Amino acid sequence: MANKSADKRYTKDHEWIVLDGDIATVGITDHAQEQLGDLVHVELPELERTVAEGETVAVVESVKAASDVFAPLAGKVVEINETIVEDPSIVNSDAEGEGWFFRIEIDDTDAFEALLDQDGYDEYLETL
Amino acid sequence: MPQNALPDDPTPVPLLKTPLDAWHRRHGARMVPFAGYAMPVQYDFTGDLAARCKGGVMAEHLHTRANAGLFDVSHMGQATLSGNAVAIALEALVPGDIAGLKPGRQRYTLFTNEAGGIIDDLMVARLAEDHLFLVVNASRKDTDFTHLAVNLPGHITVTRHDDRALLALQGPRAATVLSRLSPEAAALPFMGVAALTLGGIDCLVSRSGYTGEDGFEISVPAADAEALANTLTANDEVVPVGLGARDSLRLEAGLCLYGNDIDELTTPIEAGLNWVIGKRRKQTWDFPGGLVVRDQLDNGTTRRRVGIRPDGRASARAQTTIMADDGTEAGIVTSGGFGPSVNGPVAMGYVRKDLADDGTKLTLIVRGKTIPATIVPLPFVPHRYSR
Repeated sequence: MANKSADKRYTKDHEWIVLDGDIATVGITDHAQEQLGDLVHVELPELERTVAEGETVAVVESVKAASDVFAPLAGKVVEINETIVEDPSIVNSDAEGEGWFFRIEIDDTDAFEALLDQDGYDEYLETL
Repeated sequence: MPQNALPDDPTPVPLLKTPLDAWHRRHGARMVPFAGYAMPVQYDFTGDLAARCKGGVMAEHLHTRANAGLFDVSHMGQATLSGNAVAIALEALVPGDIAGLKPGRQRYTLFTNEAGGIIDDLMVARLAEDHLFLVVNASRKDTDFTHLAVNLPGHITVTRHDDRALLALQGPRAATVLSRLSPEAAALPFMGVAALTLGGIDCLVSRSGYTGEDGFEISVPAADAEALANTLTANDEVVPVGLGARDSLRLEAGLCLYGNDIDELTTPIEAGLNWVIGKRRKQTWDFPGGLVVRDQLDNGTTRRRVGIRPDGRASARAQTTIMADDGTEAGIVTSGGFGPSVNGPVAMGYVRKDLADDGTKLTLIVRGKTIPATIVPLPFVPHRYSR
């Protein structure tokens, strides 16, 4: 399990975001990987791609179903985690650590602050 | 991810429970709605079971292919048909040779409609001369039982067995496990059926299944279902397996799922199920839609069910459009997903007859992108039935 830090945010689409300067690292939450089950395929965005908030940028597939992953913030994709394409099971074993998906250079750090914090996400999970 | 990626419950009415509902929950099942029932889709095992299998669709699938998996298929419809010349009576509704079925044998067959479409696929066992036992799909049981009530002659009695559970023990170790409880069960031939006692419980056992592996389906009184499940999972080879792996196993085995791969708008010939038409039945074609089916057998169909191997790792799910190399539409995927034993994506679907030959290259449209694919023979994983 990943450490739960103050600089970590979440979305209701079950993504986590950690901000370092203006670089946001994005992945799917442990709850999401748990619900999806064994992942067998991941598609990541192209480097340098400019993404809008809410745009579909990646796909995760389990044995049973495919699900979209959205950009939680607007910006430019600057790094992708090829190791989870080679071995999608890393997302199952360490969703909020080694199983990160991509990094975005974000346009607006205020938008990051507006996302759900840990308590907000935990409360949201309670409603599901 | 979209919120609909998480399990939700589209069913407004309360879900029905199988006799093993509480048993599944005690064994770490993740329950989902299926055909009006709460069913285990996969398990998070603890204790002894966790030592045997990690749990989850992938591990449960591979465990079944290597050892033995126990499936609760109690949602399926069970019924007894009895009455004078019941086999001939049922033949009016199916293309199979039922009259030629010997007591103690069962056969896969279809209810067809007047257009040759498939109302359901089912197993018919002959328990005695005037005594048949049917297993039909959960999603179709009300349709089927109405169909039987309306169309069978009045002297035939149809008895639904909603008071019985149905368990399937599947995999290469299934016969070894069952031999400890009943040597007679383990000695059944493929598609043999017998009333036997397993661990003191009266059961109806058939050597059949829906995984492509050797195995058994066991009809048991609902009140005894937990005891039988416990007796079977007391064997080191056995873990419970959910609907998720049941689907990936049957897909790799090239077996049709009613509602996906066959329905009232597909015929046995289009579906490649020509072999279900009994030799004797081809003399008279006296089953619903028989003349349509005969014409298709003689003159061909415009489309055929085929196996499809997508290139790469992305799966082509049901309803994926299939395109020909010349840009024309070739057909549609009816079942598709990741095959754990194949270790890659597998699919079945219907394509135009001119594109249905093995080795034909086609293109799949997945999430707006094109994926090359090849028509391949079914099954993806060879059947390992006990012959």
